[in-house]
Amino acid sequence: MSDSIAEIRRDALDALRTVTDRDRLADWRSQYLGRRGAVSALFGTIGGLPPEERASFGQRVNALRQELDQAFEARENLVQSHLLARDLEEGEIDISLPANPRERGGLHPSTRTHREFQMIWADMGFQVYQSRDVEADEFNFTLLNLPPHHPARDMQDTFYTKDPRVLLRTHTSPGQIRAMRELGDGGTKPIRVILPGMCYRQEQVTARSEIQFTQVEGLAIGRNIRMSDLKGTIAEFAKRMYSPTAKVRYRASYFPFTEPSMEVDVECFLCGGEGCRVCKYTGWLEIAGSGMVHPDVLRNGGYDPSQWSGFAFGMGPERITMLKHGIQDIRYFWGNDLRFLQQF
Amino acid sequence: MLVPISWLRDFVDIDVPVELLAERLTVAGLEVAHLKYIGLPQQSVEGVRMPRSDHLVWDRDKLLLARIVEVKAHPNADRLVLAMVDYGGERPEQCVTGATNLFRYKDAGPIDPPIWSAFAMEGAEVWDGHSDKPKRMTLKGKELRGIYNKSMVCSEKELGISDEHEGVIVMEHEAHYVAGAPLADVLGDVVLDIEFTPNLARCFSMIGVAREVAAILGVEMRYPSFDFLAEGEPIEGQVHIDIREPALNPRFTLALLRDTEVKQSPFWMQHRLKLIGQRPRNNIVDVTNYLTFELGQPMHAFDYDKLVERAGGTPTIITRLPESGEQLETLDDVLRDLGRETILVADSAGALSLGGVIGGGDSEINDTTRNVLLEAAAWNNISIRKTLREQKVHTEASTRFSRGVHPSQAILGCGRGIELMRQLGGGTVARGLLDAYPVPPEQVTVEVSIERIEGLLGMKVTIEQAAQVLRRLEFEVTVAGDLIRATAPDHRLDISADPLVGQHDLLEEIARIIGYDQIPDTIMADEMPPQRENTTVLIEERIRDILVGSGLYETINYRFTSRESEAQLAPSGAQSSLPQADYVEIANPAASERDALRHTLMINMLETAANNARYQTTQQVFEIGKVYLGAGELLPEEPLRLGILLTGPRNPAWWGGAGSAGDMDFFDMKGVVESLMHALHISDFSMKRGTHSSYHPGRSADLLVAGACIGSFGELHPEVAARFKLTDAKVIYAEFAVEPLIWQQQRLHAIEALPTTPAVLEDIALVVNADTPASEVEAVIRQAGGRLLKEALLFDVYTGDQIPAGKKSLAYALTYQDENRTLTDKNAAKIRRKIIGAAQHRLKAELRA
Repeated sequence: MSDSIAEIRRDALDALRTVTDRDRLADWRSQYLGRRGAVSALFGTIGGLPPEERASFGQRVNALRQELDQAFEARENLVQSHLLARDLEEGEIDISLPANPRERGGLHPSTRTHREFQMIWADMGFQVYQSRDVEADEFNFTLLNLPPHHPARDMQDTFYTKDPRVLLRTHTSPGQIRAMRELGDGGTKPIRVILPGMCYRQEQVTARSEIQFTQVEGLAIGRNIRMSDLKGTIAEFAKRMYSPTAKVRYRASYFPFTEPSMEVDVECFLCGGEGCRVCKYTGWLEIAGSGMVHPDVLRNGGYDPSQWSGFAFGMGPERITMLKHGIQDIRYFWGNDLRFLQQF
Repeated sequence: MLVPISWLRDFVDIDVPVELLAERLTVAGLEVAHLKYIGLPQQSVEGVRMPRSDHLVWDRDKLLLARIVEVKAHPNADRLVLAMVDYGGERPEQCVTGATNLFRYKDAGPIDPPIWSAFAMEGAEVWDGHSDKPKRMTLKGKELRGIYNKSMVCSEKELGISDEHEGVIVMEHEAHYVAGAPLADVLGDVVLDIEFTPNLARCFSMIGVAREVAAILGVEMRYPSFDFLAEGEPIEGQVHIDIREPALNPRFTLALLRDTEVKQSPFWMQHRLKLIGQRPRNNIVDVTNYLTFELGQPMHAFDYDKLVERAGGTPTIITRLPESGEQLETLDDVLRDLGRETILVADSAGALSLGGVIGGGDSEINDTTRNVLLEAAAWNNISIRKTLREQKVHTEASTRFSRGVHPSQAILGCGRGIELMRQLGGGTVARGLLDAYPVPPEQVTVEVSIERIEGLLGMKVTIEQAAQVLRRLEFEVTVAGDLIRATAPDHRLDISADPLVGQHDLLEEIARIIGYDQIPDTIMADEMPPQRENTTVLIEERIRDILVGSGLYETINYRFTSRESEAQLAPSGAQSSLPQADYVEIANPAASERDALRHTLMINMLETAANNARYQTTQQVFEIGKVYLGAGELLPEEPLRLGILLTGPRNPAWWGGAGSAGDMDFFDMKGVVESLMHALHISDFSMKRGTHSSYHPGRSADLLVAGACIGSFGELHPEVAARFKLTDAKVIYAEFAVEPLIWQQQRLHAIEALPTTPAVLEDIALVVNADTPASEVEAVIRQAGGRLLKEALLFDVYTGDQIPAGKKSLAYALTYQDENRTLTDKNAAKIRRKIIGAAQHRLKAELRA
């Protein structure tokens, strides 16, 4: 029987020396060391031996197993290190081949700008108040100090519905009245809200004008809101939205629902105020219309204008988005061409 | 409005560069959109940026004021003459010129009085008058048909004043003209193009702008004379005024000039009118236009004799509303039907003009007119606006009257107008003016305390400072203690009699004249309202993030559509499953296919998908937006909807071969919907076979949240898809109401602890009837598996030769696990037996070998 042990040992070690890959390593292991392998078979023959030989035979088979285990381990290490070396040497790929594309998805640029607005205004205590798109003429105009036939109605090309009392809001300002009436608690509570939303104007659709566009209106009502607060608040917004050193210019203007009214310009961030095509060589970009809430509008919102004051402003996110990304054509916004949307 | 700085200087001294004035006007609310330079150099002013102008700057040494003293024939050319020009040199310069307007002086000896014109010396730069495109040229000496010539007399085009190139500039003598003076000092100018907001009606004239300039610069305003030399018979008795609608026509004034001559206006008048874009006609009409722009008081001139003829005697000017069916042919040759709103100027024979808007042809001034009746009136601006809307006409007069012209201006215009007409055309003015003034506006006086001014502005202002600003704007101001009392000047209609509104009116004047830049920047010291989060916004943004994270792009579509477009969303013969609501219909739509507001996001998302299909095979997009459902109330409901659209290959083409996964289908959308529900932590949701008619009848589902259906999703009905030419790949669409998700999403949810015991994994395949829903099989497996069955993942669905017809095989990967102990093979086998038993019993399933 010792012959068989020696024979198996020789065969096994000989065979192991020719093994160079993982599969044949596994084959070798199961052939010699597996449950049905040669070594197990040797153990299986123990029962057939005379009792006095069993112990020593058993010891030798055990020794064989240990030796083969060790040999296997050594060979495995050798094979693995060779394989690793070969993989490192030969496993080069052409890294210039195109990637396996991933769809990452993306927010609409308008949403991105609105989020930026909302974050900045939230930090200054302005919460979002949403108002309706289809409005009563009364809210869109009359309560905002634009009675029928008011010249300022000419400034806005209105979409009317077949019910002449109802229109598509031309600006987010009617939300001022709704916010005051809903949040003001009969003119007794301060308010700080922004009103983002879609507005509509009956215009020729061109690269520069659209029939729908978004606005963000802001409204602050309090017992002691000053024009200087309006300036300070807008300046703070400009610093965060444009640049910490953004210069701001205020121009007297006119909106029926604010008085005094002013337009706010920020130094053109594309040319640093030097003058370029985008700012029409003036060095300024118009960013907001604003003013102190008109006493009649305060009254229409339920406040006593001798006790309460407020400011309001309106901004056009599309224009800011266009400036920031060099978008030349406003029709891109609602065209939803994926080749456009995928660039954000 | 175009405002030449030279005209402004008639009324106010301007001692700052025009560029700085433009900036000051702009920040004070008179937005200067553009500066047009005529001959003068553009100046650079610290802190003021302007577009660089490429105009011709007149060389002060080479472009001179000169007089043409004689015109001689050119010996070799009929169409050229020799102009002898005194430009202040030792002897006159001879210029060869083809200017047709000099031909009449040819060989007629010395011209007396001499003609003043613009003279360009050798080396001067001018525009090439013969070039169609702007082209500069420098004068050089050369022979013109045998006569050497090195200088020229200029046309307006050559100087960049206008496109006029018919003849050279011909100006009448003025006392201050000196031959050889730089032309820039005589005709050099800058024209400001100013845009006025509606509250600045008072500024629609040179005097209106000059008042602002005076207030801004703190200088004196210099008014023209409104007196007139009247030596004729008194006007009383020669014409009468009958105002029948005083509310619409609060004032009407008339002046009469007899024995005048209608002819061309002198150069200065024509030049000014041309500078502001008006075409000169004749001296009478030019004066009415001139005063419209100078004073802001539009006027109208009638041929008095025609009125006499029409009346068969002394005319009476009647202002009234039209009679029914009345018509008038206006100066623009339009025969107009007169609606009930239009206030008319008429006489006993009928309508003469649309009051404050446009004159009629009948009583027009023409070359033979000798007696002129001049009207200056005041009109109700709302009434004028109604006329404009009804008659669709706009004139310089209506621009002003529709914004509001104070009635005080009429009498001023009448006086100055008749005097100018007399000066330009000669004749005798009737003594006195006829002035019917039934409704003088009330004077407005506003009281405001300095505390209120300071409190609203947030700026230190002294009462003297505030009072002075108002005085500069011609308010009458008295100061008593800390109270200002200010009475608005005659030309202003914008100061409110409401005490609080009036205070804001004054506040604005004080702030904008002192300068908004003087107000400090402050942080609101006022009480901060409670900060409430907006749950709708939060969930909207959360949904956006989840879907973008799933690889979808957000779109924002038009909210406009049409009834007909949305009707295409139901296949033929099928009832539409869209909301049964009224449409919000647009009375003045931008286009007929956009004449209503949408009931669904589907319509525009499909149109967008069709557009994108031209460039992209795979589309994964969504939109969150409102739909508009008329509900019988004044205003519609505006619920928020989420629309999702998937189409095209699941994986984009790639060299590595991943593109083999096929086109997206129902189950891709189901995956998007489920992951959305999971990400919102909405656990109470389910799906059932859908019935929405826009979808393939066998491939759609309704989504139920908390038992209520919030929308549907599925494969678009092939007929609907074909209408939008979306036939290359299946289109999978979903639309849900967003508001129900707000209340169902779990803001707080508990997590499951991570198990520490090993799991047992095994696969089973069940053969069931082909029409048994997979959800039912899974439910049976889960129920039988009980607590220890952690996962049952369907990984294969098979129908085919290896199993009987009418059957399908569903293969599940099962995960057994007990958090408290390690499961043995025996435990696992027991669960497996229970599952198989239940499947056999309840589904008549067989275990697939």
